[in-house]
Amino acid sequence: MPELRSETMTVNMGPQHPSTHGVLRLVLELDGEIIRSLAPTIGYLHTGIEKTAEQKKWQQVIPLVERMDYLSAQSNSLAFCLSVERLLGIEVPERVRLIRILLAELQRINSHLVWLGTHGMEVGAVSVMLYCFRERELLLNINELIAGFRLFPSYMRIGGLREDLPRGFHDAVRAFLDRFPGKLDEYEDLLTKNEIYLERTRGVGRISKENALALSLVGPIGRAAGVDYDVRKAFPYLGYESFDFAVPVRTEGDVYARYLVRVAEMRESLKICRQALDRITPTGAFAIDDPRITPPPKDRVYTEMEALIQHFLIYSQGFTVPAGEAYVPVEGPRGEQGFYVVADGTNRPWRVKSRAPSLLACQALEHMVVGGLIADVIAVIGSIDVVMGDVDR
Amino acid sequence: MDSTTIAAALKAAVPDAEVEPAESRDGHAVIYAPAVRIAEIARALRDAPELRFGFLAELTAVDFFPREPRYEVVYVLVSIERRLRLRLKVRLPGTDAHLSTVTGVWPAANWLEREVWDLFGIAFDGHPDPRRLLMPEDWDGFPLRKDYPVQIRMPARTHEALQVTEEEFRQNVQRDRLTRR
Repeated sequence: MPELRSETMTVNMGPQHPSTHGVLRLVLELDGEIIRSLAPTIGYLHTGIEKTAEQKKWQQVIPLVERMDYLSAQSNSLAFCLSVERLLGIEVPERVRLIRILLAELQRINSHLVWLGTHGMEVGAVSVMLYCFRERELLLNINELIAGFRLFPSYMRIGGLREDLPRGFHDAVRAFLDRFPGKLDEYEDLLTKNEIYLERTRGVGRISKENALALSLVGPIGRAAGVDYDVRKAFPYLGYESFDFAVPVRTEGDVYARYLVRVAEMRESLKICRQALDRITPTGAFAIDDPRITPPPKDRVYTEMEALIQHFLIYSQGFTVPAGEAYVPVEGPRGEQGFYVVADGTNRPWRVKSRAPSLLACQALEHMVVGGLIADVIAVIGSIDVVMGDVDR
Repeated sequence: MDSTTIAAALKAAVPDAEVEPAESRDGHAVIYAPAVRIAEIARALRDAPELRFGFLAELTAVDFFPREPRYEVVYVLVSIERRLRLRLKVRLPGTDAHLSTVTGVWPAANWLEREVWDLFGIAFDGHPDPRRLLMPEDWDGFPLRKDYPVQIRMPARTHEALQVTEEEFRQNVQRDRLTRR
């Protein structure tokens, strides 16, 4: 009888693959259907944003950082603004802080909706994608309302916000907040107890608490594995300590736990949004009152010489930031998100470094899938919610 | 805990380490450490009972060209148990910048150190996988250095497909069949 041949097969998955959320290439070594090793290759989307940021004036960096992690634009710009404001030594008004919290939480829901939709589709629940994108449309409409731009509003600026809230903002957000809880129940009806979904996700892509921490996995992935760390609670910023919300933590560390954590997070975000919206007045201060940083209102620019000069200086030369460095993290949709900013006292940053949660999640992929089945790779990549724009920058 | 108390706790764990607390504009605790003993200091920061910096949030470098020492490698550390944050910094000279890896202490440092090597050319001794991370493997230079030009034009590198005659093609197929059997 001839001897049974056994050899491993090397398979290239990506860089163009519908379930890799961008351009991620995985070289898989397979023994039948079992994965023996996995080597991710990244860098296909590397555009040198950090190098570009060093050539821009401070305020001009905001559109750049929003395009890094393109699903959490407002969290990125918020983290950048907080770091620079700390360097400038300025405090934004209370109303601005509340609006920023509201927008950051809406952004979290937005990002989780894209995640839930694409992840559901990849494991075979296509209808979830249609449902999630239906509600995401409402959030994009809110972005369009405040800034005229749906994905990258650039609404948060150093020193406050770009302009005051538009008329109808409260009604639009309130309508979303009233509608969304019922819709969230609908998504859960489709997945939480769905036998097919449970089979695909429970016990898959497991990572222990110790490994999650050693690989710097915080955010929803870490919390699904038991790492009880949320920047909003551990190192509060913007006044999060005055809000009533919980941080969902689970211990299983598998794909299903990540799903449960993110869905619970959306409910907590809704709570924060409601509390914030009640405290935001329809009109009021939207930026600090500092003529070096905040441009004067347009009607004064057209009628007063001083205002015109000030406007011209801000848009042609920008403002200088005292030499020093700052790192003020926020809790983004994918975990701790922050910008390490170094200033040399001029009107351009010396160095801007983004902490990329997706890069670390991508690094940990190997630890989650080796020894599992090839079909599970799709479920695991979906569950770690990588955004390749954030991985490669 | 501010820089001085963390530095004192660290000195208790590593008695002869020349660590130096510093001030920062954002109120973050900052400690400068000597490059030669970074792995030992990193382990002490992670394991000392009153510190427990188990979470490496960020590892990056800054180029202060033309100042000397030119580079600073920055480790942003978080102690979840003690609710502490710390920036550990190491100064490195402009020529032959290298320091030892901390992947043994925080496995997450693997790709972060590769990124620093890729973009700044700072070598990490003892790194398990010292390749470029983001740039192509055959790239010249280190883009985030300050003396690296912002815009350069590189001719596109292409490779001709392997040219074989029909005869050679048949032979190759035949040879592959034999080896596979």
